[in-house]
Amino acid sequence: MRIVNRVARDAAILAWRNMLNLRRTPGSVIAALVQPVMFVLLLAYVFGGSLGGAGYRTFLMGGIFAQAVTFNAAFTALGLASDMDKGIVDRFRSLPMPRMAVILGRTLSDLLMSVVTLTVTSLCGLLVGWRISASVPTAVLGYLLILLFAFAMSWVGATIGLVARSVEVAQSAGLIWLFPVTFVSSAFVSTSSMPGPLRAVAEWNPVSATATAVRRLFGNEPPAGLAYGHAWPVVHALPYALVCAAVITAFFMVFAVSRFRRVTRG
Amino acid sequence: MARHQDEAAIRAVGLTKRFGSKQALAGVDLEAAEGTVLGVLGPNGAGKTTTVRILSTLLRADGGRAWVAGHNVRRDPHAVRERLGLSGQYAAVDEKLTARENLYLVARLYGMRRGAARRRAAELLARFRLEEAADRPSGTFSGGMRRRLDLAGALVASPPVVILDEPTTGLDPRGRTDTWASIRELVAGGTTVLLTTQYLEEADQLADSITVIDRGRVIARGSAADLKARVGGERLSLTVPAAWARTLTENILSTLGPHTPDLDQRTGRFTVTTEHGARTLEYALGLLRLADIPVQDVALAPPTLDDAFLALTGDGPAGESDGGEPPGEGGGDSTPEHAPAAAAAGTGSHARGEGR
Repeated sequence: MRIVNRVARDAAILAWRNMLNLRRTPGSVIAALVQPVMFVLLLAYVFGGSLGGAGYRTFLMGGIFAQAVTFNAAFTALGLASDMDKGIVDRFRSLPMPRMAVILGRTLSDLLMSVVTLTVTSLCGLLVGWRISASVPTAVLGYLLILLFAFAMSWVGATIGLVARSVEVAQSAGLIWLFPVTFVSSAFVSTSSMPGPLRAVAEWNPVSATATAVRRLFGNEPPAGLAYGHAWPVVHALPYALVCAAVITAFFMVFAVSRFRRVTRG
Repeated sequence: MARHQDEAAIRAVGLTKRFGSKQALAGVDLEAAEGTVLGVLGPNGAGKTTTVRILSTLLRADGGRAWVAGHNVRRDPHAVRERLGLSGQYAAVDEKLTARENLYLVARLYGMRRGAARRRAAELLARFRLEEAADRPSGTFSGGMRRRLDLAGALVASPPVVILDEPTTGLDPRGRTDTWASIRELVAGGTTVLLTTQYLEEADQLADSITVIDRGRVIARGSAADLKARVGGERLSLTVPAAWARTLTENILSTLGPHTPDLDQRTGRFTVTTEHGARTLEYALGLLRLADIPVQDVALAPPTLDDAFLALTGDGPAGESDGGEPPGEGGGDSTPEHAPAAAAAGTGSHARGEGR
């Protein structure tokens, strides 16, 4: 128990340090906020017109939330890689603190970053006509689900940052996987028009499950043209999304921590 | 052996480490008694940083054993980290945080409570003359200030053992004297310090005992005085442009003491070790004037690392000395070989090489 407390305490201190860093590099924060806003506007008005107009804009937001927090994983990758690069991780490792706290501190601060992203994205959604038509507790559950997913994705980002070992590689590797993962999904379109195998991938994609579950929790029913299929992960989107988040977090946590030990042992 | 561990604050026996095809350490033994300063002297690539990383638990040795403050670095790294302050070669300060925040962060991570951490940060800022700049982002600091901040970070928990990896490399002379003063203060407080350096002068100024390493091996150890006695005094160098006068000059310089002068045939630059510095210089110039030999670029310089290596091994340093390897020679990284050592620092070493 003492070690758990120590990890939590040190991770919180490091998360504070990461947040200070973010606050003092407003450029990167703004870039991270512009991204989802840009996607909302692009999808709502460039593609949205032919996809269902106002109905589509309501449908869109669940997908945008899932995508926005997935993109924040790139932040985690970059942050860890740059700390390793600058020797700051070595400083931390020479201190009597648990190794795990270094990565957990980073994923926690990125979770806070996701809260900011979600706030801005929600405001933008309200501007394009999206509304939550659910009770307050249910809506809160919706946001909690997105944050849980954000945390899971952040561990994926942490692993990429540790495997990359250099800032440049982390920057490109941290971004490249985000596009197929978020677009081969039901985040922005119906999977019904996709060819068979791709459709199966999209239906089982945790991004789809999260987007679908969030839409349900927010009471955002899809317009007729974007109706869900009847595949198991679509029907059971919420439990499936929860299991995905838990499994991804556990797997990448173990992977990242063992990778961290290996990388830093030399 | 157990008793040894108790007496020595830092002790390493037969450390080895290999990176791919390069044997970084080939059996390094070190020992620093409590409250003393151990200088580890060597060129770039000699294995200094690898040794430091092993002692500070950042890297695992392939072979050998090491203890810091009585704790085995491999078996009990946590206990070592609690008793060790490390200041690395590249000052690891967070550039976006202020000096105060940097120290507060480290103090918190050592387990201090908020109030105690805040007080400790303030104390260290005062001690390292960083109070004025305390609330500026450390990214705006000069090299010397940054090093001081990193050094302060290593001392947050008042550790009994401090390891400083090349604390003055890349600093201007002012930054260097500043850092030296801080290290002396630290030692006066009873802390055991291991200090790596490429500068013989720095080891001489600060260390009680010096271990010289090259190519991952210890090639000499002793007090600064021992080492200086073996390396000899200052180097007198002068250039004689006129080829006709060089034999005569060589004869004159040979009479100055037991050392044979070196001559670089191409430039006509002589170098000779002297035991009496300025007096020998005056005497030599007097003799040369009597012989009507015109001389240029007369200099008297303390022995460089190159000179020390030459004296200790009859050979130049093998590691990649500071920008020393001629471009195109290559191979220095993976296959350490006898590269002709160019000047590691300052004058006094030009004349070797071809002249010998």
